[in-house]
Formats: sequence, structure tokens, C-alpha cells
Amino acid sequence: MIRAALSALWSHWRRHPIQLLTLVVGLALATGLWTGVQAINAQARVNYDQAAATLGQDRLPRVEGPLTLADFATARRAGWPVSPVVEAQVPGTGLRLFGIDPFTLPQGAGAVVPDLSDPDLLRAFLAGRIVFAAPETLPRLPADLPEGRGLDGLAPGLVMIDIQAAQQVVGTTDITRLLIGPDAPDAPEALVRLLPGTTVTQPEADGDLARLTDSFHLNLTAFGLLAFVVGLFIVHATIGLAFEQRRTLFRTLRALGLPVRTLAVVLIAELFIFTLVAGALGILLGYVIAAALLPGVAATLSGLYGASVAGSLGLSPVWWLSGFAMAGLGMAGAGGLSLRRIVTMPILAPAMPRAWARAQRRGMRIQAAVGGVLLLLSVALAVLGQGLIAGFAALGALLLGAALLLPPILVVVLDFGAGRARGAVTQWLWADARQQVPGLSLALMALLLALAANIGVGTMVGSFRATFTGWLDQRLASELYVTAADPAQAGEIEGWLQGRADAVLPIVSAEATLADAPGDVFGVADHPTYRDNWPLLQAVPQVWARLAAGDGILVNEQLARRSDLWPGDLLSLQATGPLPVIGVYSDYGNPQGQAILGLATFDAAFPDAPRLRFAVRVPPDQAADLGAELAAAFDLEADQVVEQAAIKGFSLAVFEQTFAVTAALNVLTLGVAGFALWASLTTLGTMRLPQVAPVWALGLTRGQLAVSDLGRALILAVATALVAVPVGICLAWVLLAVVNVQAFGWRLPLLPDPGGWLALGGWSVVAAVLAAAIPAWRLWRIPPADLIKVFAHER
Amino acid sequence: MLISVRDLAKTYSSADGPVRVLDGVSFDLEAGRTLALTGESGSGKSTLLHMIAGLDAPDSGRIMIAGRDITKLDDRGRAALRRSDVGLVFQQFNLIPSLSVADNLSFHARLAGRADPARQTDLAERLGLTAHLDRYPEQLSGGQQQRVAIGRTLAAAPALILADEPTGNLDEATGDSVLALMLDLVADSGASFLMVTHSARLADRLDARIHLSSGRIA
Amino acid sequence: MKDSIGTWAPQWGLACIFAVILCTQVAAQGFAGLGQGGEGFALPEPDPQFVFPQDHGPHPDYRIEWWYLTASLQSGDGTRYGVQWTLFRSALSPEGPQVWMGHFGVTTPEDHFSGEKLARGGLGQAGVAATPFSAWIDDWELAGPTLDTLTLTSRTSEAGYDLDLRAQGPLVFHGADGFSVKSGSGQASYYYSQPFYEAAGVLSLPTGDVNVTGRAWLDREWSSQPLDADQEGWDWFSLHLDDGHRLMGFQLRGPQPYTYASWITPDGHLTPYADGALRLTPLAQSRVAGRDVPTDWRLELPAEGVDIEVRAVNPDSWQDTLFPYWEGPVTASGTHTADGYLEMTGYE
Repeated sequence: MIRAALSALWSHWRRHPIQLLTLVVGLALATGLWTGVQAINAQARVNYDQAAATLGQDRLPRVEGPLTLADFATARRAGWPVSPVVEAQVPGTGLRLFGIDPFTLPQGAGAVVPDLSDPDLLRAFLAGRIVFAAPETLPRLPADLPEGRGLDGLAPGLVMIDIQAAQQVVGTTDITRLLIGPDAPDAPEALVRLLPGTTVTQPEADGDLARLTDSFHLNLTAFGLLAFVVGLFIVHATIGLAFEQRRTLFRTLRALGLPVRTLAVVLIAELFIFTLVAGALGILLGYVIAAALLPGVAATLSGLYGASVAGSLGLSPVWWLSGFAMAGLGMAGAGGLSLRRIVTMPILAPAMPRAWARAQRRGMRIQAAVGGVLLLLSVALAVLGQGLIAGFAALGALLLGAALLLPPILVVVLDFGAGRARGAVTQWLWADARQQVPGLSLALMALLLALAANIGVGTMVGSFRATFTGWLDQRLASELYVTAADPAQAGEIEGWLQGRADAVLPIVSAEATLADAPGDVFGVADHPTYRDNWPLLQAVPQVWARLAAGDGILVNEQLARRSDLWPGDLLSLQATGPLPVIGVYSDYGNPQGQAILGLATFDAAFPDAPRLRFAVRVPPDQAADLGAELAAAFDLEADQVVEQAAIKGFSLAVFEQTFAVTAALNVLTLGVAGFALWASLTTLGTMRLPQVAPVWALGLTRGQLAVSDLGRALILAVATALVAVPVGICLAWVLLAVVNVQAFGWRLPLLPDPGGWLALGGWSVVAAVLAAAIPAWRLWRIPPADLIKVFAHER
Repeated sequence: MLISVRDLAKTYSSADGPVRVLDGVSFDLEAGRTLALTGESGSGKSTLLHMIAGLDAPDSGRIMIAGRDITKLDDRGRAALRRSDVGLVFQQFNLIPSLSVADNLSFHARLAGRADPARQTDLAERLGLTAHLDRYPEQLSGGQQQRVAIGRTLAAAPALILADEPTGNLDEATGDSVLALMLDLVADSGASFLMVTHSARLADRLDARIHLSSGRIA
Repeated sequence: MKDSIGTWAPQWGLACIFAVILCTQVAAQGFAGLGQGGEGFALPEPDPQFVFPQDHGPHPDYRIEWWYLTASLQSGDGTRYGVQWTLFRSALSPEGPQVWMGHFGVTTPEDHFSGEKLARGGLGQAGVAATPFSAWIDDWELAGPTLDTLTLTSRTSEAGYDLDLRAQGPLVFHGADGFSVKSGSGQASYYYSQPFYEAAGVLSLPTGDVNVTGRAWLDREWSSQPLDADQEGWDWFSLHLDDGHRLMGFQLRGPQPYTYASWITPDGHLTPYADGALRLTPLAQSRVAGRDVPTDWRLELPAEGVDIEVRAVNPDSWQDTLFPYWEGPVTASGTHTADGYLEMTGYE
């Protein structure tokens, strides 16, 4: 019995291979995009942890300044558990040299240290004959470095080498820093007294790269989820259709004595098998997607946050399992409703496609009502909600509500079109498109989601780009940015620049607690550079004069929003006491709170802050020459003298790279929606012959029918795109005004991008025409005998 | 002479090998006359009707309609023939489900470029459809649907009307009344009428009758 | 777990190098070089001519060397304590680099505190200077104007000690005038001691400071040769007899146990006793750190009329270092009463 039932159920898929393909591919795409994004995120997180845990320096205080190994020995002999580190770039390779002392390296969980238990290996390491690097980094080692050995878990791009060997490679007797291990006998400041000229840096509050890059990963995750949902639309549509078409079969099987429980079990088993197959395919696909996108993501993260992420994937079993879990979840969500309907169906319920269709029409009214309620909910959440979750809930309600409202809206639009049509064929075209809406609604909803997301994210990115570019122009007003090696050199450079430059503006900063959270405080000179350029969102009159006089403090937008500090409020720093907030400035890309003091106030509050950096004002055409002279005069590295244009170029390049990944995911999502449309049209194509044949019999050629099919897809796509534009704009607004503010602390203006929207509309038309092309071509080439069969009474 | 069929032959391939559906059929139909085409299931009568309608093409032989050999026509020509010269009434009604009754009634006439609101109103009235013009096919009974199909054909005013078991899906009383109405309207329009049926009783109501058996005229 | 292994790995490698002497199971790695003087290292030769104070300093031509101080101490109320301080030097190759390892131990009847430090040579973080004498690693230091007058200072996060050491007798030279054979197949080291220190100072314990006095013993040994491959470990005794004699004895355990003893008169005359003269018999085992370790011995040196039972002050005197071993103060009774130190390695 079960075997017979199985073969009967399976025969459906044999006769409808496209449906089978659609189901599997749909689920595989959904799973693939989701797991792909997750793989990227997971890889990045692993690498952040590695980077942070290298030598445990994210958790250890450290001493920096003019230091040698003799200072290290002095500190050790004074009982300080310090360990020396030499850190340097390997020129031209993008590699970071990490010189360590294996004998004194602080021990801590998560630290990745080579296994030197083989005395020969230890001997070779200490002698500088070998270095360690992550296996994927090994091929990048230049020939003039010692032989590389693979060390799993080391952060990408990092080359671990013995400290003295590192000094030789770099050509220095200095060390970069001393890490202070646990069990120090005294506060680290006491060590500074022992080693004059050095400064103590406490573990970085923002050292957690994962937190810094959250915004980026949030972006990816949202897209992964969206793609997953779009894929689920396909699966849901296909399963619904397959179950509906097999209704008669289910009835027959039950009438023949198959218990409903057995039928349900068999159907669940069927769905389970699909889940396994599609899940496996999806995970492979996810791997491919992740592997393809990862280099771009890695470039972004390295440029934007200085975070090293391996360009290749290392995946844990948990990731593979979660892929199947997602596939299963998707299948359960998509198939559960259909399954329930079958199980609760009375045994002799007739197969009533007509009744079903009418029920659908009734359903559409309910759908419209639910969609409307969701939109209202979305508005309420966006306006009244608090927190990131509310922001995302508003997004979800907006998208789902819009998707549910799409079919009713399309019906209204198409009814209107049919009423206005003059010719018999055009009228039929509109009317028939309307007839198709229920069958295509899920695919069209998927298309709507993809389009809306594209428009929304595209608008957000465009707004961000425009704002960011303008902000860079304002913020990077000086022509040259110089970093000295030590305070003495800083003084010399300052002196050297006097007379050569229009102005030398010191850039000084210190870490401080701002409204109970860690942040940075900057001191700025009273100079037109700031007065004329600095982007202030809100300010009191005479703000710069008051700042210079020490009468107030400027805070960045993040801090202002998070702690509700606006002009007129008081902000209290430990070093200064309460100061009135006199202005708020925009500070994109910085996750932390920040504040600005007048230079005099800053110097008084933070006398120990190193004064190493300068912004130099010179006529723009002299910037390059002055930079070169300065570098030559003080033997400065390229990264110590940077021209404004280089910083801008770099920032924008990173920005473009960031959103190149987003664009790739956008295209993929749109592709998934296009596939959904194709699958639905193809399935419907085989069912539509009875509706097309009479029109053919009444005098249309098959070619005309095919063209009308394309036209119908076009009408639906354009109508969907028209609905998608306002939804996308709403989406962009929620992203910019709600999610961004909650997640990152800044709000961006929404800048419309009609050209982009038009282009996207064009793409949706292309997607729709491509999706409709094969069914249309098949209609064009259909043998007349197949059409005639519709009229044959023997059928 | 409206229709002249000569030596028509058609073979279909089937699972059991080639099947000769029509095997040298020849007959004529005068303009304005009605002819019944009878035969058992599989005798080839529907195939013959489809060929005369320009839906299908024969392997050999000629079909002359108003002096034109339609077997020589290409896809486009046959579509034009169906649009302008032939009206079709099917057993399954084959209305266009997405169009209202009114739009279904006018559809063929508009395709043929012969839309005539006055005639359409008149037809709707005679077919008893005036109250249903805004409805959709699925909301009508079988008899009503077939009357829409008849109205659709007559509204286009073709010279030749072909019907394939037009009452096959209706009960006998409805079928009889629908057929009577159709014959009345056909007679008024002056079109020629060729009807496939397996019923001798219905065939007797037409001017003439030919009987097909195994692809030949008996 | 994996993390901690990874973290320890380099230190473990060092431990293996120091274990050339301490532990036979890794000796095989250096064994092949035995015939060529330990991979280019100098080899101990018979009839050594020591030059002092230079020879108190390091001998970098030799693979391994140590400055090993043990002190058997008592507080005013008679409670027994022990202090151990060791600085090991190991040359990774004859050309260097030199690496240093410091061990720290404090034993009370109830507790044992151990500590360990590692350093590379050449930076000043660790080393030994002969004049004025100083041996140090980080802030652990054994130093004084001469070897006869030393101050020992060390502390870990748990415990610490400050001891003044005054030599009350001469240096003594083990084996054949300081050439000490370690096996039947001829492995040897240079080995001399200062067994006559009077010690006084303060122990810093979690329970508070304790003033102590007692007797201390400094061993100086260097070599380039590992133990025989089949030697499992050793048991080493240094005893201060109440009649003023000193007794040093060890056995290298294996299929062919090898024993040696030095009988030292109160005026510093040393009589060496070659393999077989000393008899060591375990009397009772203690369960320490998951293994059975003999902490109660019968020690017989019939040639000097010695037959005593040696007992650990604290059977849990476990040095929880990278290469762990047992080391702690002992007392003895029988034909003689004595106190001193016992070191045992190689118990698995």
C-alpha cells in the first residue's frame, strides 16, 4: 500500500519535472544565499577573534614609546611580567610582521602561538630561520623572509617571527611595545616611571573588531534573510501547486484505504527528502557564493576597519548543520500549511479547482486587509518604536504588508487597464493578466520584495555615498596629514613647517569616558579650517569662538543621539568637569562617541596626550611637493605623510568596495525573484492551454499568442515595479531614519535617485521578459495538434 | 459552392503505430445550406471539421472555401481564415474565462473587424443573455455558456459556421432548445453550417448528412 | 584545553631541552650526538682544573648547566620548611642562543608553592656573573660579593623568600675531583658543591611572614651529555648530618641502577663512593599529582656506618612546573639524625 502510494505520489513529479526542478532549486537558492552570507559572517568573526586574540593584546595593557630590548630586560628585572612585541609592515606585501618572545609571551585563552616543542624548531625559530603564518598567508610570503611554516588560527596576513629576527628584518633595535601580562606587581603607570618617555595604553575599548564591523554584517545578514524569504516564496508556491494538483490523487488513495496518517507521513517523508537534497545543494551553493564574495568582503573589512579576514573559507560542522536546519525550516514553513489542508480534508471532498479559485478571490480580500494592517503596524513601529528590533520589525511589517497588498493592487490596476482597452486583443491581454494574478502572486510578491529591497538599499547607499562624500570634503579640509614618530620629532616637524605651510594644526586626542561609555576626545585649534568646514548639525551662535574660549564642548551625532545630549545640555568629563554642549557634528563610520574641546582646554585636561599628528594647510598645488620634502627631511614613511586626496580616494574606494558586495547580493536576490517568476510562468504555461486555445481558434496566430504572453509578463512586471518604488522608498527611509540611527547612531538624509529607480524598473522588465521568454517561445512553437486537443471531446 | 473537399487524407502516429484518420474524403457544401457530419467515435469527423476550420492541415487533398484552397495557407493565412471566414462552436463552449459575457460575445466580431453593437444587442436578446452580460463564463450554466459561444460566432457574421457536438455537454432538453435556437439564427444569417454529431436524431434536423466510418464516407 | 596547550607549547619545548638531564624519556633526541661531544659542545674531561671565581659563572660551551640551591629551614617554633631555587642554563647550539629557566619552591608541612620563569640569554633578563657573584632571572636573584656570602630573593604571586647565606666551610668536589660519572657507560659532568651554608631569613607565605634559620646547599654542575637512554630518572639526596657531616647520594634508576655517594667531613674532606656502595630502598609511597612517589626511604652507606630512614617533611612537595618533579625538605633518623633535601624525577 505504502509502496503503491509512494509510486503514485512520485509519478506526479515525473510528469512535472519543471515543478520538481523549481522546488529543489527554489529551496537550494534560499538556503544557498542564506548560508553563503552566514559563511562570510562566520569567517569574518573567526578572523576577528584571531586578530584580537593574537598575543592576547586586546585584553592586555601595554607600554609604547621609545623602547629597546634592554628596556624590556630592565622591566623584567624590576618584576614586571612584560613581553616585547615588534610590529611592522612588510613593505609591498600587505603583511604584518609580529615579532614575539616565546619565553615571556603572556598566556591566555585564545592566544595562537606556534608549537615549538620540537627543539630543532625552537632553535630555528629563535635563530630567525623560520616564521609562522596562517596557511593561506604562506603563499604571500616574499622570498626575502625566512621560510614560512603554516599555523592554523593565526590571523590572515600576520607573520609571526622571533623578536630578534624581526628586529633584523625591520632593521631596528627598537621594539614596538611591551605587553603587560597578568599578575603585574603595580599599576601600569608605575612602569612608565621606570621607562621614561613611554605611555601606557589600556586595553582598547573598541578593540573588539566584531563590534566595529557589526554594521557591515548586519547589512549582509539582512540581505541573506531577504533572499531566504524570497526563495521560500518559490518553494511555497510550488508545494502549494503540487499539492493542489494531486488533490484528486490524495482523495483516490484515501478512498482506496490509505489512512490519512500514513498519507501524511508519506508526504512528510517526501518533503524531508526534498529538504535533504535541496539543502545539500543549497549549502554547496552557499559555499560557492561565499567563496566568490569573500575576497571582496575581505578587502572591504581590511580597508574600512583594518580587520584582517582570510580570503578563503574555513567552515565548521555547525555551519553545515545550520544550512540543513534552514532548509528544513523553510520547507516546514512552506509545506506545513498545504500538508495541514490535505490532512484535514474530508475523504470525499471533490476536487474543486473552481471553488478553490473562488476561495482565493475571497482570500485576496482578507489578504488586502491583513496587508493594510501590517502597513499601519509598520508605520506605528517606525514612529513610536524604540530600539533596533523595532526598526527591523517595522521593516519586516512594511515588506510583508506590501507583498500581501500587491495582488489586490495588481487586480485593481489590471481591471482598470482592461476597462480602458480598445482592441479585442488588448482587452483580452489585460483581462488575462488579471486572471493570472492569483497563480503568479507569490512569484510577483517575491519580485516586489527583491525590487523594493534593491530600491531601498540602493537609495540608502546612494544617500550614504552623497552624504559621505560631502562630509569627507568638509572633514578633510587640510591638504596634508603628518604623523611624527615621537614627541621630539613632532616638535621638530612643527618647527620645520613654520614658514613653509599656511598653518600647522595639531591633532590631539585622548581616550575618555563619555556619558558612561568609552570614546575619544579631540582638541582642535581655533582656526578657520574648522570654522569654515567642520560639518555641524546643530550649534549655538559663535560656536567656534566659545569652543576656543573653553566655554563648551562639541559632541558627535552618535553621542548626541545615544545619550540625548544636544546644545544646552551638560556633558561631564572626568578631566574637565561639566561642560555645556555647544554643537553636534556628523561623524559617519565611527561607532563610538566622540567629543571636541578647544585646544587649550584639551591640553589642560589631558597633559599627557601624545602630540604626534598635524593637519597642514598649504595651497593645494604645493601639497605634494611639501609632503615629499617633509618625508625626505625627517625620513618619514609613506603612511606618516598623507595627502588629503589619498585619504579621500582610499575612503571612497573602501566605500565602493563595501557596497559592491551589497550590489552583488542585490543582483542575486533579483535573480532569485526572476527565477521564481520563470518557474511560475512555466508551470502556468502548461495549465493555460485551455484558455489560450479558444483565442487561437478564433483567429490569432501562435506568434501573436506568444507576443501577448510576453506582453502580459511585461504588464505585470511594470505594475509590480511601480508598486515597488514607493515601498522601496519607504524601506530606504526606515533604513536611514530608524535602523541606521538605532544601529550606528547617525541619521542620513534621504536623497531620491529616480535614475536608479528607472534603471531598476528596466531590470525588472528584463527579468520578467527573460522569465517569460521560454514559456512564450514554447507557445510559439507548440504543435497545433496540442491546441486542438483542448477541443477534442475524447479528452 | 462554398465548401469543396477532395481526397482528403490524414494520418496520425499513435502508440500503436500510424492511424489513418481520414482516407480520401470528398464532399461539397452549398452556400446557405446545413450539413450534419456523423460517425462513431474515432471515425475522423472532428479531424475533418478542424481541417475545414483551418486549425489543422491534411497530409494530402484539397479543401476549397469560396474558391480558395485553404490547405495552401500558412499559419498567418489560416489564422486570418479563422478570424474572418469561419465561426466555431465547441462541445466544451471554450469561452474566454477572463472576459465578461458581453466581451466574449463581441470578441470574435471585433477580431474580424465586424463589430456591430446593434446586432450584438439583438443576438443577446434572442439568446436570452441580456441579464447576464456583466457576468463571467464560470458563473453561467452549461446551456447559457453554449448560447454565449453561439452568440460569439454569429456576432462575427462568418460565411461558414462549424459546430463540434455543440450540445454534447448539455442535457437533452437544453441541447434541443440550444440547437433549435442555433439553427434559427444560422438560417437568419444566411451562413453555411456544418455540424459534427454522433446523434442521428440531431443530424435529421439539418439539410443533409454524410456519415464517416474509419476515415471514409460511408 | 587546546588553547592552553598552544600557549604552553614554546615553553614546553624549552622544558624538553632542560629535561636532557632531568628526564631520560626525551634524552634520545640528544643521544645521537653523544660521541661527537653533544653536537659540537665541549665535553667534561677527567682531572678538571677549576678556576674560581670564573668557574662560578656560566660555561656556554657546554649544553647544560645549573646553580641549584636548597635550604632546610626551621622557624622558632620548630616547624620545618624548605626552600629551593634553581637557575638552569641551556645552549640550543654551541653558537647559541642561550636560554635560561628559573625554578622556585617553598615547602611547609602543609603546602608547597612552586614557580617558574623562562628567558633568552644575551638581553640581561637572565644570566650569571662570577664577580661579584650574581645569578638572576627577572627579579629572582641569588647574589653576593662572593659565593661565600649570598642573598637569595625570589617571589611568585603566592609566596616568596629572602635568605642570607654564609658559607661555614670550603667547596667540595664530587667524583674524581669534580668529574662526576653518571652512568656505567661513562656519561659525566663537572660537579661541585658548597654544602656548608648557614641560612637565615624570612619566608613570605599566604599565612604571613615566617622567620627561619637552617642550613643550605648549593650545587654547581655542567655537562653536555644526556643520561643513558634507558635511565628512567633519579633520586638525589643532600643531607646535613647533626654531627656536622654532609652526605650527598644519588641513584639513576634503570635496568642497571647507578649509585654514587659523597661523604663529606665537617672540615670539607670528601670521600667518593662509586656505584654499589650506596643502597637506597623505598619504604613507603605517597600518591602525589596522580602518581606514586616514594617519600620514605632507607638509606645505607655501610662504608661509613650510615643506615637511616629519610622522610619527607611534606609528601606533597610537587614542583608543578613544565617538567614536573618532586623536590622537598626531608628529615632522617637511625644511625644518624639529619635534615636536608630530596629530589626525585621520572616517576610516572
